[in-house]
Amino acid sequence: MATQLRSADVVVVGLGAAGGVAVQPLAAAGLDVVGLEAGTWLDRRDFAPDEIRNNYRDWPMLVKKTEQERPTSRARSDQTANRIGSHPMMNAVGGTTLHYWAQSWRLNPWDFRVVSETTRRYGASRIPAGSTVEDWPFGYDELEPYYDAVEHEIGVSGQAGNVRGEIDPRGNRFEGARKRAYPMPPLRWTAFNERMADAARGLGWYPFPGPAAINSTAYQGRPGCGYHGFCNKGGCPLDAKNSPHLTTIPRALETGNLRVVTRAHVTTIEVDANGRATGVNYVVGNNEYFQPARVVLLASYTYENVRLLLLSKSRAYPAGLSNNRGQVGRHYFSHHQGAGVGALLPYDIGAWYGLPAQGVAVDDFADDNFDHSDVDFIGGGNLWAMSDRRPISAANMGTYGRSRAWGSEWKRFIRENADRTHSFYIQKTTLPYEDNFLDLDPQVTDPLGLPVIRITGEYKGNERAIAAYTQSKAEEWYRAVGATEITRGGLGGQMGASTHAYGGTRMGDDPETNVVDRWGFSHEAPNVGVLGASVMGTSGARNPTLTSQALAWRTAQHLVDAWSDIAD
Amino acid sequence: MADESPGRPRISRRDLLKTAGAAGAAALIPGAAAAEEASVAGTTAAALPPATVAPSGPLMNLTAREAEILSAMVDRLIPSDDMGPGALEAGALRFIDRMLSEAEADSVSAYRSGLAALDHYSRYSRGAPFVELSGRDKDSVLIDVQLGGATGAGAGFQGSSGSFFNMVKSHTWQGTFGDPSYGGNVNFIGWDILGYPGVRMRVSAEDQRLMEAGQLPPARRSAYEYGQFQMSGEED
Repeated sequence: MATQLRSADVVVVGLGAAGGVAVQPLAAAGLDVVGLEAGTWLDRRDFAPDEIRNNYRDWPMLVKKTEQERPTSRARSDQTANRIGSHPMMNAVGGTTLHYWAQSWRLNPWDFRVVSETTRRYGASRIPAGSTVEDWPFGYDELEPYYDAVEHEIGVSGQAGNVRGEIDPRGNRFEGARKRAYPMPPLRWTAFNERMADAARGLGWYPFPGPAAINSTAYQGRPGCGYHGFCNKGGCPLDAKNSPHLTTIPRALETGNLRVVTRAHVTTIEVDANGRATGVNYVVGNNEYFQPARVVLLASYTYENVRLLLLSKSRAYPAGLSNNRGQVGRHYFSHHQGAGVGALLPYDIGAWYGLPAQGVAVDDFADDNFDHSDVDFIGGGNLWAMSDRRPISAANMGTYGRSRAWGSEWKRFIRENADRTHSFYIQKTTLPYEDNFLDLDPQVTDPLGLPVIRITGEYKGNERAIAAYTQSKAEEWYRAVGATEITRGGLGGQMGASTHAYGGTRMGDDPETNVVDRWGFSHEAPNVGVLGASVMGTSGARNPTLTSQALAWRTAQHLVDAWSDIAD
Repeated sequence: MADESPGRPRISRRDLLKTAGAAGAAALIPGAAAAEEASVAGTTAAALPPATVAPSGPLMNLTAREAEILSAMVDRLIPSDDMGPGALEAGALRFIDRMLSEAEADSVSAYRSGLAALDHYSRYSRGAPFVELSGRDKDSVLIDVQLGGATGAGAGFQGSSGSFFNMVKSHTWQGTFGDPSYGGNVNFIGWDILGYPGVRMRVSAEDQRLMEAGQLPPARRSAYEYGQFQMSGEED
C-alpha cells in the first residue's frame, strides 16, 4: 500500500537539465515544489579525472535507472527490436549535465519555421516525403528571453555573433538576434583550433568559437575551466561545468519552497475521473509512495517522458495519459550523429588538455544558411572541430591501415601518432517521419516488470544527403590543414538510443498532431506539463540542452503566470 | 576530505607504493615473457627504481597457468622492445587479475575459457603450448584469434575467438593507459608511450603552449593523488 504524502503545488519528475532549471522560477514564485529524482546528489569528490571509471565503467556509483530502462530499437516496424549498445544518460540531481559536453547552442530562427520557410523559398515539394515536420507554434523571438535567462542564470560562455541585429564577425553571423552578449567570453582556443579557424577563413567560411555551459572565467563564485581534459563523460572537479545541481537547483532550495527526493523512481501518473492529474506514484527501494500535486511536470528525458505517459493508463486515457489521439510517441527523431569524418595529421595537435566544448564551429552549411536550390535536401549541419583526447581512447585510435592494432609495429605507430588524430562532430538537421516512432516494447521490461521504450526509426534520404554533403565539407577542411589520411563513416541507417532524442510529446497548436500546447501543457490533461526535448518538433543542427532549458523555464514561468487556470 | 566508509575505498599514494613490490611481473611468472625478448624486458625493468615496477603478491583470480598464458598474450599485444617497456611491465596482468574481482567479475569465465581455448588452439594448430611458441608464432595465433579464425569446433571460446581477443585487448589497454590507481600503468609506462603529459587539475594557457612546444614536463600523478577525490565502488 502506497504511503500518501502531503500534497504539493507542483511535482517535477526528474531534476536533470530541464526539470532542474524549471524548479528555480517555480520556487521563486512561492509555489510548493517537490522534485523527484531517481539518482542521488554527487559532488566534486565524485568527479575524478579517471578514464577507466568515467568512460569504461560508466560511473559505478550511479543509480542505474536509465540503463535498466534502456530502449530497444529497430529500423522498421516489420522487424524485431533489440537492445544495442549502452545508454549514456545518467540519473543524478542535475542529470546528464553532470558529465555532458555542455555545448549550449540556441536554435537558429529557421529551425522554428522549417515548413513555412522551405515552402516560401523553394516550394512545398521540398519537404521530404513522409516527414511530419511542422512549424513550431512560435518563433525564435518568443524563446529569446528564456535563452537569455538560462545563459545568464546557469552561465554560458561564448562569442555573440548577432546582438540586436548587429553582426559581430567574431561570432556566428547566422545566429538569431540576441538581446545581449554571453555573460562570459568563449573558452580559449588551442594552436590547432587557431589553425583550423585560419584554414576555414581561407576556404571563405566563417569560423567562430562555440558556446558552452562552462565557465571561461570565474562566474557566480565558481572558477573558470581548468582544461584538465576529462570533460567528455566526466564531471568537473572545479565546479566550472554549470549543471543545475550547482546553479538553479540550489537557488530553488534556498527559497525553502523546493523539496528534493532522491532515489525516487516514478512509475505512473494518477488521474481523476475528469482526466486531470492528481499526482504521481513512486517507489524508493521497496517502499511505495503517492505524491499528490495540483500540477505534474514530466522532466525525465524523451524516452521516460513518453514511457510514463504510455504506462499511465486509466479510464479517461485507455491508451496512456494524454494519448487519446494517438500522438504520444509520434514525431520521434534523434540527431543523426553517425557519418563521422576523421583524419590523421602530420603534426601533433596538442589535444590532451582539451574538451568537447572547446573548438571551432562553421555554420555556413547548417539550417538554411546557404542556398539549397541545387541540393537534394533541406537543412544541413554544423561542423564542429573540437579538442578532445584522453589516453585510453587515444591508444584505441584507428591506424589508417598503417599498422596492425597491436604489437611492436603498433607501438611505433602510436608513439608517433597518439596526438595526431582528429574527428569532426557534425550536428545535422534530422526531421520527424510518419514511420519513426516510440512505443512500449512488447517483451523487454525493466526490473519492476514494466515495459521499456521501443524505438522504431531510421535516418531517411534527407538525413543521408545532409550527411554526405557535410562530410565532403569536413574533408575539404581537413585537406586545408594538411591531413594525410581521412576516413568517412557510413551515411547511417537505424536509429539507436540517443542522448539527442526529440519528439514523442511534440508541442503545437493542433491537438490532432501534438501532445502538448504552445506552453508545454497537455492538450488533454491540462495540469500535466512536459519538459525536455520530447516537446521539440525540430532539432536544428544544435545540441538540444540549452533549448530544452529555455523551454523548461518558459513553461515554468507560464505555470506561475497562469497558475489558477492550470492548477484549478 | 572524503569519508572512509567501506563502500568508498580510497587509495593514497602510499598505498600505491606499498602494493608495488620489488619484482616485475615478468620475473614473477615463470616463462611469462617470450624467451627472445626476456633479456630486453629484464633490462628495462631492472633499470627502473624499485617502487615503480609492477605490483607483486598472490594473484586474486587467475591461476598460475592462466596468468602464464595471459602474460604471454599481453606481452605480444604491447611488447617490451627497443622502444621501451610494454604492457607487462606496466602491470596490465595485475590490473586484469584485480579487475576480475571488481568491475569485471562477470568476465571471469570468459577469461578462464578463453585462455584455455587459446592454449588449446595453439597446441592443435601450432603443435605447442602458446607460451612456448616463438614471438612470431604467438602473433600468428593471435591474428587467428583476433579475426575469429580460431572459433569453432573444439577450440572452446565462449562465442567467437574475436570477442575474447577484443576483451583482452580492451582490458590490456585500460591496464596500460588508464589511471595507475587500478594497479596498471606502473611508472606511467603507458602514458610515456603516448607522450601524454599526465593528469593535471588546471592547465594554464602557458602550460598549453609549453605542451604544444613539447616542453611540458609530465605530471606523473594519479588522479587520486590530488587528494580531492574518492574512488567509488559499486553503488550501495
